[in-house]
This record gives sequence, C-alpha cells and structure tokens, in this order.
Amino acid sequence: MGLEELVPDGILTTSVEKMVNWARRSSIWPATFGLACCAIEMMATTASRYDLARFGAEVFRASPRQSDLMIVAGRVSKKMAPILRRVYDQMPEPKWVISMGACASCGGEFNDYAIVQGVDTIVPVDVYVPGCPPRPEALIYGIMKLQEKIDRQRLKPVLPADEPAEGPGVA
Amino acid sequence: MSATESATATETPAAPGTTPEFNTITINMGPQHPSTHGVLRLIIELDGEIVVSVRPVMGYLHTGMEKIMESKTFTKAITVTDRMDYMSPLGNNMAYVGAVERILGIDVPERARTLRIVLLELMRISSHLVWLGTHALDLGAMSVFLYCFREREKLLDVNDMVAGSRMTPSYFRVGGFYQDVPDTFVPHVRKFLDEFPKALAEYQNLLTKNRIWMQRTIGVGIMTGDQALALGCTGATLRGSGVNYDVRKAKPYLGYETYDFEIPLGKSGDVYDRYLVRIEEMKQSLRIVRQGLDRLKPGSVRSDYPYLFPAKREDVKRGMEELIYHFKIMSEGFRVPPGDAYYSIEAPKGELGFYVVADGGPKPYRVHVRPPSFIHLMSLEPMAVGRLMSDLVACIGSIDIVLGEVDR
Repeated sequence: MGLEELVPDGILTTSVEKMVNWARRSSIWPATFGLACCAIEMMATTASRYDLARFGAEVFRASPRQSDLMIVAGRVSKKMAPILRRVYDQMPEPKWVISMGACASCGGEFNDYAIVQGVDTIVPVDVYVPGCPPRPEALIYGIMKLQEKIDRQRLKPVLPADEPAEGPGVA
Repeated sequence: MSATESATATETPAAPGTTPEFNTITINMGPQHPSTHGVLRLIIELDGEIVVSVRPVMGYLHTGMEKIMESKTFTKAITVTDRMDYMSPLGNNMAYVGAVERILGIDVPERARTLRIVLLELMRISSHLVWLGTHALDLGAMSVFLYCFREREKLLDVNDMVAGSRMTPSYFRVGGFYQDVPDTFVPHVRKFLDEFPKALAEYQNLLTKNRIWMQRTIGVGIMTGDQALALGCTGATLRGSGVNYDVRKAKPYLGYETYDFEIPLGKSGDVYDRYLVRIEEMKQSLRIVRQGLDRLKPGSVRSDYPYLFPAKREDVKRGMEELIYHFKIMSEGFRVPPGDAYYSIEAPKGELGFYVVADGGPKPYRVHVRPPSFIHLMSLEPMAVGRLMSDLVACIGSIDIVLGEVDR
C-alpha cells in the first residue's frame, strides 16, 4: 500500500497553517549547543539505541544559521552566557529553545557565583526537560512536546497591536 | 614562504607578522564549535594554513566545583565530582572517596575493592568509547561514532543497574558502597565481556588500516617523551610517547598490583600511537574486569568504621535510636578528623588526583583537583605548531580532553 492508494485523486485539502506547521515540526534541525554532561546524553539520543532520526530532528547543524532549535544541554556559566545569546540571535526565525537538564533550567545543583541560574534569564525557553542529566527518553519526550507546540502555532503575522502587554501593572 | 630570506636580511629571525613576507592571521575557534569537545576556545595564529601558535582560552564551563564542595557534606560532595569528568563519573568518585578514606585511615572490604576495580575498568572502556567515537567523527568517520555508542549503551546500563542513573551514578561512598550490586550485574558484565572483543575488532577494522585514518593521524601531533613529561602529561597522552607511567602500576591503589595486565606504550608519540594505546587499554581493561569477576566473593560492601552509613531501613522503622541516628547522618553527615590527604588514580584521561583537607567538621574544608584534561590542554601547542590547521582537530581529539574537567 503506497501513498497513491491513500490519496487516489492526488489531492488533499488542508490549511496552509497546518501544512506549514507539519513541515516545521517534522524536520527540526537542532544547533549543536552541547555544554556539559547533558551534551553527551544529547549525543546518545542521536546515536544507535535511541535514534532521534525517528522524530525528524537528527540533523545537528554546526552553524546556528541553518538550525531552528537550540538544545541548551548543560550548565551555562556567566562567561558563556553572552555567547549563548549570540548563537540564539544568529538563528533564523522561527526558532525554539529546549532547556535540557536541571542546570540549564534552574542552575541545578550549582547555585554559586559562576553558573547562570536558569537559561530562561537569557533566551526564551519553550520546553524544559528535567533530569541530571535527562535520559534520552526524556529528551525525546521534550522534543515531542515541542512538536505539539509547533502544531498549535498561528501563521498570521504578528502585528504590534496583537502583542500582549508586557510587564506588571500594564492594564 | 621566505623564512630564510627574512632571517638573513635582518640577521636575527623576525617574529611572525612583523615583516611584509609574513602575514599571519589570527582566527578564533570556539567556544561553540563542533570539534572542540565542549566549550573550548582556541585563538589560533595562522601563516597561510600553517599553525604558528595556539592559545587555549578556558573558563567557559567554569562551575566553581571545588568551592561548592566546601558547602556540602562529605557524602553530598560525591555528586559534584560526577559532573567533572562526565565520561567516567565513577573514576572521579573513586579519587574523592579515596582521599577521604585516607584521612579517616580506613580500608574498604575485599568485595567492595574488587567491585570498584570492575566498575572503574568498565568506566575506562566507556570513556574511551566516547573518545573514539568523537575523535573519529572529528576526522570524518561518522559510522564509528554510531558503533561506539552502541556498545557504550551497554555500559550505561551497568550504571543504571547499580545506581539508577545512566551518567551520574554517584555510586561510590566513603567506606565502600551504600548498596551491593544487584544479582543481574555479574551476568550482564559477563555478557558484555563476551560481546565487546568482537565490537573492538569492528572498530579496528574500520580505522586501524583505513588509509584516510592513517594519513590523518600518522606523523601528526608528535610529542616526544621528554616534552610530555615536561608538560606534566599522564595517561595515554604520555604513554603514546613511550613513557611507561601508569598510576595503577607506579602507585597501586585498591590492590591493582595483584591483577595481571600490561601497559601499552606508543613509539613515535603521534596521534595514531595514542589511538593504538587507547585501543589496547580497552583490551587490558577487559582482562582486569574478567579477573575481578572471577575473584568476586559474597561479603559486605561497607566498611566497619562507625557512623559512615545510614542504619538499615527496617531498623529505622522500629527503633528510636536508629531513627535519631538516621536523621543525624542524613542531615548533618559524618565527621572527619582534621587532616589532609591526596589520592590519585589512573582515570581514563590520565592521573586524576583529589586533595582533600578536613577540619573535623562534616564538610570538607578544602578540595583541590588535579585534572588530567587541564594539564593535557597545554600540550596542544607543541603538538600543533608547524602543522596544518586541519591537523589541529586531530590533536584536540587525541589528547582526550573533557571541558567539564578542564574548567571545573
């Protein structure tokens, strides 16, 4: 049974939004942003047993300009923070961020002078994956959650009037 | 290049970049770069494609681990050591608990000692597999990486089995282990011992006589034995240059002197020799693991030294004394008499040492680490200078650094 039998007329009806979201969710290209222990688990996720390719997200790009997902894998030191932000800024829209592991999400066990207490103080985070380091299954689950999020995205251009008011105290 | 011309013209050799003939450019590599094994940053001065100087910039993963260990009890500080060299967490555990045990003046039971050796050698294989996979990946061999991680998963299963965590087990405790290994441990490791030689032959089949691999590694990144010693190199980085120094033989710990194994040595000190040394080390580790499993006898895995381990769970449920003791040991931890000790082991990367100072309290007064990766990083410049830029990547891979340990 091939695709031809499923769609005998060769025509499917859908909305542009659904189609674009389907395309985006099905081939997420992560940037290689391995920092510490979690990076090794991220590599294990792409490797033999877990095979992230099943979810269309195995093409790790060395250049942020070719990628649309940044998996912040590991603890972010204060020296690394500006570089992380710069790599994020270099990524083209649309882009997403997964904060992998306890250190990236909240500083983890390292509550001290050197580590940024949560990468969400630097870049907007879409999915937090808990664990120290998270198992590959957990990262895959995080990526699936991100796919669900991408599915719900609206395609219409965001006008300034549509943006929600920011900050406390704004009516 | 007109190096000789400029030298004769000005009588003294001009420094690179000062004469019109020399136009060196300085480029930045990292800290976000796929082949720097983490967040290493290198400032490289190039003359055309020839490396003139390499300056590593560190601290992009600085975590303040030595400082943070001072604020944790002796037991809790074990979890911090896991995250230093995260390729071989149990090796770090061992060096740290070994130092604390040395201050306490205790010896662990026979079964715990044998289990430690088995686990440490399995960790060595696991660490070398990550090294082999990423090193080959940097030099363009993708499939080796996938095969290496296939075998590594089996070793992570061992961690999972004994401690419930794949990468950061924190399994070793001061005085032995908190719990014995499960019954499935020995059959699993024996199965791995049977399967692994075949896999190792597979990697060697892919690389050892591969023409591209040989061209990229033979004669590249040469470091003589004297140079390596002067730089303080240890581990396979030193032994690749033909110097016979292994902590397991030179200063045996845990009873390594009773095991039968050999120390592989390189000849020319290039990237290829270091590769061969590490491959052979994996085979020797298999021998040690096999001997360790044969010696494994039932018994306690906890030291008799008082107040190191929590009471039995059943006793805590019944007895008041045990409950109070449980609360005290979990919240306050055990106290270590004033003193200091240095303990070094042969970690997969080289000689890993922990220097621990105790002031009589339940927390370490000071912890200092001698990280092999940090010291090996300094050997990058003598290896890479005068070679092509692309050889630098081979050199980085061959010294097997991990940035978590370099920056700590």
